Amino acid sequence: MNDPTDISPAAAEPQELGTSRREFIIGTFYALAAAALASGCAADQLALDEFVQKHFKDLTPDELKKTIARMEKKYWEEYGANIKINATPPIPGVLYGYALDLSRCIGCRRCVYGCIEENNQSRNPSTPWITVLEMDKEGGVDLANADAFYDHEQVPAPGKFYMPVACQHCENPPCVKVCPVEATWKEPDGIVVIDYNWCIGCRCCITACPYGARHFNWSTPIIPKDQINTNTEYLGNRPRPRGVVEKCTWCIHRVRKGQYPKCVEVCPVGARKFGNLLDPESEIRYILENKRVLILKEELNTQPKFFYYYGL
Amino acid sequence: MFKIRSTYWLVAGLVSLVVAGCSTQTESYRHFGNSALSTTKKTETLVAVAPPPFTDGVFPCSTSECHKPTTKVNKVPHDVVFHADIELHHDEKNRWCLDCHDTANRNFLHLADGRLVDFKESYRLCGQCHGPVLRAWKAGEHGKRTGSWSGAKEYRLCVSCHDPHAPHFKPLKPERPPIHQEMIK
Repeated sequence: MNDPTDISPAAAEPQELGTSRREFIIGTFYALAAAALASGCAADQLALDEFVQKHFKDLTPDELKKTIARMEKKYWEEYGANIKINATPPIPGVLYGYALDLSRCIGCRRCVYGCIEENNQSRNPSTPWITVLEMDKEGGVDLANADAFYDHEQVPAPGKFYMPVACQHCENPPCVKVCPVEATWKEPDGIVVIDYNWCIGCRCCITACPYGARHFNWSTPIIPKDQINTNTEYLGNRPRPRGVVEKCTWCIHRVRKGQYPKCVEVCPVGARKFGNLLDPESEIRYILENKRVLILKEELNTQPKFFYYYGL
Repeated sequence: MFKIRSTYWLVAGLVSLVVAGCSTQTESYRHFGNSALSTTKKTETLVAVAPPPFTDGVFPCSTSECHKPTTKVNKVPHDVVFHADIELHHDEKNRWCLDCHDTANRNFLHLADGRLVDFKESYRLCGQCHGPVLRAWKAGEHGKRTGSWSGAKEYRLCVSCHDPHAPHFKPLKPERPPIHQEMIK
């Protein structure tokens, strides 16, 4: 300790107080926790429970139930809406796939706003999960010269075509690889999900995603109370806090109950197709077997399950 | 005079026979059509096709004063005074109303070979020219479907999305563009 070459901060600290920094910090934590418990304040208890909450995959069924009940209570206080959180398990023997007909899409952005409403996305600031890119028909799929901010009176604009891009639900997702805390992973049914309570907001996944599919909540999301979708999923469309990353989940709260994703249902031209890749009789398999499909940035070996094709 | 009248009754009788025959055929075809659709997926228990998008109060046509079976019809293509709101932009140089609408029974359409087609199955009529699209529609590749990816779906008729008289899609006003990320405060 008295080594003159030791210049660490611990050595520089005055020792006569009789307590180390470690002891002081631990003591403070216990004192705060005890104070929170002693005061009986429900809000503090909720905050403490939230602080010590486990990773989604480590929660026992009982803990999950309690966690969901706590979250629902918090949402009620925050949004004044009776938000129901489900934790629907994946359906065995299902691997989801998506196809989009580039010769049909007219770039009307109905999917973008359908998605915002369905998935409780922040209205202000708005960071929509679907980006519709406008490109020249002559240039073909040229992401470097695509325009996501087009604002025409009417679409489709002459000589243009449109390519909506959202999460590609890669089989080999780079976003999952880079997450330092394993807050994002690929589910058995192929959907890449995020545990919003485990996400630390480092945004590594945003930089790793080659499709710009992930979005960060820079500020507390604002959702009008009357527009909240109360049918939510833990790993999906439950309202997210500030400082976490979010993205498309193919409407996990709908598809695990057998429904189509919202974007499929709102598309006015029927350009969007969804189904089970493992079912040889599904629409998606028909498209894969009978149409020429393309995936984005194939050379990166991300193996997207989102296919673009040219219909009739 | 009597001769003409008897001829008329003979023709009317024949027409009604044809209609009766075709409507039963229509029924059987509907089953065929549905089974053809449902074979695209064995687990599908229900296939519902949306009803045809009629303008309120125009259907059935035969009960109206305009299209009584006794009305004499000029079958030569000409400009019609009524239905002025309909502008035909669907191979209009070669086709006109009675190529699809049945002269004798206005509540039905007819195929090129004269078989009657219910408005609920108008896709059969469309499929005469647009065969590959019909095939793609039956497989679920063309056209919008809603409901369940794993079970009961609702299909739309061709005419639910395409105006049969002017099938090209009308341009839409797009929803507002996203804001630039750097504008977020």
